[in-house]
Amino acid sequence: MLLIQWKSLEGNKMEKQIVLEAKSIYKSFHDPVKIDVLKDLSFTINRGEFVAITGRSGCGKSTLLYILSTMDSDYEGELWIDHELMAGKTEAELARVRNEKIGFIFQFHYLLNEFSVLKNVMLPGLKANKLSEQELEHNAYELLKKLGIEKLAMKMAYQVSGGEKQRIAIARAMINDPLILMCDEPTGNLDSKNTEIVFDIFSELVNTFNKTLLVVTHDQNFADNTQRNIIMEDGRIIS
Amino acid sequence: MKVKHIFEIAKALLLARSKQTLVAAIGVAFSVAFFVSLLGFMEGLNTLLDGLVLNRTPHIRLYNDIRPSDNQPIALDSTFKNYHHFIHSIKPANARKEIYQVETIFKRLKNDSRVIGVAPKLSAQVFYNLGNIELNGVVNGVEVGQESKLFKFQDYVFGGNAFDLENRSNSIILGQGIADKMQAKKGDLIQVTTIYGEQFSLKVVGFFQSGLVELDKVQSYVSLATCQKLLGESSNYMTDIQIKLYDMDKAPELAKEYAALFKIDAEDIQTANAQFETGSSARTIISFSVGIVLLIVAGFGIYNILNMMIYEKMDTIAILKATGFSGADVKKIFIAISLSIGLGGALLGALLGLLFSVAIDHIPFNSAAVPMVDTYPVDYGIQYYAIAVIFAVATTYFAGWFPSRKASVVDPVEIIRGK
Repeated sequence: MLLIQWKSLEGNKMEKQIVLEAKSIYKSFHDPVKIDVLKDLSFTINRGEFVAITGRSGCGKSTLLYILSTMDSDYEGELWIDHELMAGKTEAELARVRNEKIGFIFQFHYLLNEFSVLKNVMLPGLKANKLSEQELEHNAYELLKKLGIEKLAMKMAYQVSGGEKQRIAIARAMINDPLILMCDEPTGNLDSKNTEIVFDIFSELVNTFNKTLLVVTHDQNFADNTQRNIIMEDGRIIS
Repeated sequence: MKVKHIFEIAKALLLARSKQTLVAAIGVAFSVAFFVSLLGFMEGLNTLLDGLVLNRTPHIRLYNDIRPSDNQPIALDSTFKNYHHFIHSIKPANARKEIYQVETIFKRLKNDSRVIGVAPKLSAQVFYNLGNIELNGVVNGVEVGQESKLFKFQDYVFGGNAFDLENRSNSIILGQGIADKMQAKKGDLIQVTTIYGEQFSLKVVGFFQSGLVELDKVQSYVSLATCQKLLGESSNYMTDIQIKLYDMDKAPELAKEYAALFKIDAEDIQTANAQFETGSSARTIISFSVGIVLLIVAGFGIYNILNMMIYEKMDTIAILKATGFSGADVKKIFIAISLSIGLGGALLGALLGLLFSVAIDHIPFNSAAVPMVDTYPVDYGIQYYAIAVIFAVATTYFAGWFPSRKASVVDPVEIIRGK
């Protein structure tokens, strides 16, 4: 009896598990005059969702993403990630949250040119220090293989093309098996063919591996194909 | 985050700027090399110069001083206790310089665990006869074996064997200065007149060069027995006992103890030669400060290069932070870079310093004052290498501290947004 109850609870959790919750987030810049960038933003993201945030340039969507990713801690309101309140955490604790729970993918691929592709993918894992170096290397290689770029593993980061770099960045974001992947214009710098590849990878991550994705983009075509589209205007969510 | 991985990242960043890294490391290496060779050279000279005097000075000298008795008869009479004493210019009685019970003192000292060895010494005032001119002189009677063991007597004897003094009766080792004046060669017979007016013929078996020219014009050496003969005294007549200790710093304390124990006068080396200590320490302080300044200058070089590297690597720092590296991790990475430059440079510098020292050690150096060396003296003491390496690493650590703090507070949002 008890076991059944527990199982059903677990089932419920799996169904609608809140990964990220924002409660009335305000953000303003003070330099040179006070400008309100984000006004009273509230929303939740559940496990397995593929969410796009769209809006015109300057509507505050990137600013929001930096707040959600814990890199920017200068805001008002509450941010909960995996049922933990982010406010009041130290810089080192926030870094740990980013390391373990968030995978980040940027518009510019931002690989470290001093390292090989494989090492680039492994770096967040080395920081987390939960697996041995061999296991990590194996995982990184497997990820590259899934993304079809295992041949590049031993190349230096500056030796690969733009589309390949973005796939490597995805592998790096996945290495610590994060709760949520956050992407800032992931296809903004790619041609249509590579955009398609990246989108397919994202869809597979959500559908097959039940990952949660939050993508900031102004590629409307990309956003239309996601499960949920948050549209922003002047620091507010309009739909 | 494992230390190994921090160093791995540091290494990758370093290799990306290999030329700058090399320049910084060479800066450290040269400072360490100069520090080590400068101090080694200075200490070598110090040891040599101090050795001129300290090697041949006993740590404690026991003797009978000539002075009026401390207990004058008038003080012994209680009647005059509260009176003013008008007697002044008191002269010493006909005191003997001889040390009493020499055998007992020797036995006692040889059993003392703090004493390396004991050497007896006698000295006699003489006149060296050069035709009808008489030159003032002092002849020291020594026991060659002990004197060589404790005071490196042999090192200062040239043109003959010091032990010939013991093996041949009536032999003398002449001071270099007086030998030049007398134009004496080995095997010559020279004449000396004692203060009692007796003439002796002594055979020259070698020459003595102390390094102090004035002394060499006066002083010569004979065996203990010959000296006793010159003085017309018996074979247990002795005026000085020289003691060498394991720990020179204990000399003043032990001098007092022996003075009380043997009821004798005792003089310690610190009192006798205070000025040498002062000179050596001043020279050491000067060379240490020059060396440390060199290392600090190298530290500034590292500071500059790290600062530049941080501006160049802003993107890298931002991405490390975005993927979960904390400010402390970034700081550790840059400290690791700084320490690697410091340690690498220091080890290279220690090796280079050793080469410099060897080179200095081979430069010819001929001085009349020091007959036993023909190249510049160098001290290869491991302590200078240790100090230099430790100080270099400490300097580079601090040189890396400020830039790495700057790196740790880089705001990733600002960098990523700035693109």
